[in-house]
Amino acid sequence: MSTASHAAAPPARPVMEPVPVQIRSVVKETHDTFTLTVAPPPGDPVSAFEPGQFSMLYVFGVGELPISISGDPAVRESLTYTVRSVGQVTYQLVTRRPGDYIGIRGPFGTSWPLKEARGKSVLIVAGGIGLAPLRPAIYSILRHRGDYNRLVILYGSRSPRDLLYRKEFAAWGLLPDTQALCTVDYGGVSWRGYVGVVTTLFRHVRMQPQETVAMICGPEIMMRYAARELEARGLPPAQIYLSMERNMKCGAGFCGHCQLGPYFVCKHGPVFAYPEIKPYLDLYEL
Amino acid sequence: MRRKSYRLDATGLAALIGRLHEQGYAVYGPRVDDDALHWRRIRSVEDLPRGWTQELAPARARLVPDSSGGLFHHWTCAEGLKAMLHLPLVRVMAARRENGAFRILHNPPPAAKCAFFGARPCDLAALAILDRVLLGDRYVDDIYRARRENAFLVAVHCTESAPTCFCASLGTGPRARSGFDIALAEFAEAGEPEYFAEAGSPAGIDLLEACGAQPAPPEMARQVEQACTRAAGAQKRSVNAHAAPALIDALFESPHWDRVARRCLACGNCTMVCPTCFCVNYEDRNSLDGQEAERWRLWDSCFSQSFTYIHGGSVRTSLKSRYRQWLSHKLARWQAQFGTPGCTGCGRCIVWCPVGIDITQEFQELQAAAAAAAPPRE
Repeated sequence: MSTASHAAAPPARPVMEPVPVQIRSVVKETHDTFTLTVAPPPGDPVSAFEPGQFSMLYVFGVGELPISISGDPAVRESLTYTVRSVGQVTYQLVTRRPGDYIGIRGPFGTSWPLKEARGKSVLIVAGGIGLAPLRPAIYSILRHRGDYNRLVILYGSRSPRDLLYRKEFAAWGLLPDTQALCTVDYGGVSWRGYVGVVTTLFRHVRMQPQETVAMICGPEIMMRYAARELEARGLPPAQIYLSMERNMKCGAGFCGHCQLGPYFVCKHGPVFAYPEIKPYLDLYEL
Repeated sequence: MRRKSYRLDATGLAALIGRLHEQGYAVYGPRVDDDALHWRRIRSVEDLPRGWTQELAPARARLVPDSSGGLFHHWTCAEGLKAMLHLPLVRVMAARRENGAFRILHNPPPAAKCAFFGARPCDLAALAILDRVLLGDRYVDDIYRARRENAFLVAVHCTESAPTCFCASLGTGPRARSGFDIALAEFAEAGEPEYFAEAGSPAGIDLLEACGAQPAPPEMARQVEQACTRAAGAQKRSVNAHAAPALIDALFESPHWDRVARRCLACGNCTMVCPTCFCVNYEDRNSLDGQEAERWRLWDSCFSQSFTYIHGGSVRTSLKSRYRQWLSHKLARWQAQFGTPGCTGCGRCIVWCPVGIDITQEFQELQAAAAAAAPPRE
């Protein structure tokens, strides 16, 4: 992939300087979550990303936030972000209109192990908005479908109204050699699907643990249990990957906020191999 | 490598400052201001704190009259050189609204030529650590780089140690070994002070020779070496940084952290005066008409609760977890991240802590707790 060479060379633009980009579309996914598509300048390094990486999104005069890229890495003309409105900056982001401008910096961080997973089955485990950073990995696998064995996508959400990418998710489940299951914490009367935390879906999965790479993203407690459970089911820990979240102000390792034990989540992560992060996952208030 | 060393009299020293001004440097030195020593602009040797020395102890920093006649009969400024090079408050970006979009206004980093006159070996060690953090990774801090590249460093060896110093245990002092253009040692015993000057760069050699410095007699170098060795031996505090990484991992749940937390005020003074604490935050500032927006970078402290805020709450809510983060990062995690401890042994955090929490004592108590939990095998 052409992104590999970009990842090696430091960007020419000062790292703290955002690029103004125009918003092409804002799509409402759920009651509080929206997908923004922006148009970066053609050929700009800001658009060359690998699945799992994030950008810093800047709203003029309001502030800046790290947001994972949720679009297709093969599409270079646009960048896609799925944002849940939970605070001042995210609210300002999701209430932008097509034609408005925001600033972006990046991409930053490590990516999902798509090379390491070649020839193996891939198990995607997502919780809530955690499906967004995993979607580029799914796109990439579907684009190079012959390189991978089975694809299993497990997705847990709070309630049916919080489910992201519903049509797309249903379509993934119909693809050959692909299993896509979702579960919710509270179903309500009209829900006919699974109810329970995402780890309860593991028993429905058909896979050979030794030949599977797991990619997990969601609330920390969900990742902790998912990784533990997968290890118990025979997945080698080195084939389990998680994407961590911490407060990030710069994305470049300067601000110090995202430290997690010996790591800076912005540059050593957000995607970590389970053995790297396991000793620190159970430390409360690390 | 043997460095060129010189002997310099008081006139020569005064000439050094004058020459630096002539070369376009803004010259900073330790200066009495607000009842403490701070890095401030100096016009001449007259601005240096002759007649003053420091009394440094946990939670105590006093300026007291001094009769030695020396210009450098003191130790550290309240703040490290971090305050001069990794600025406490600086604009990183400005943007202006234009036709529905916005334009980034390019801000060349302020590249003032600054000379620092009277930096201590621990100050130099702190710069080496900051260089590693801010210049030594994939991304480079342009603001720091611009100022760092233009800095001229005149160091002063410490021929005496303050009670709060523990640089010897970390190998960062009391004698400066590298990272300076000129390093001085003051001989103020007999009347008019005299200086032993080592050149650490070609620019240092040129400057010293232009100021009439004469080759130093070998016994002068010996005397400096002896005085620094004595100063190192006089230090009562120490930190064994090699032991830190294993210790911190083993003692994460130690009740000792609760004991520190009962005294700690989470004021963040230690992180402000620490010469290597690099953490920053970013803030937005806007013009009243909303047409211009700026982002400013300001020092931040891991002692604040908002430091680790993510949606849903902060990661480190308890005070104990924040003190633990600071000490763990400083002495242990830093080594994994940057190949060096984040501590220089300058003692500022001990001096400026309002309740006198002493990092060396806390660390030793942790070591004792570890030893008690797991007695060494025969």
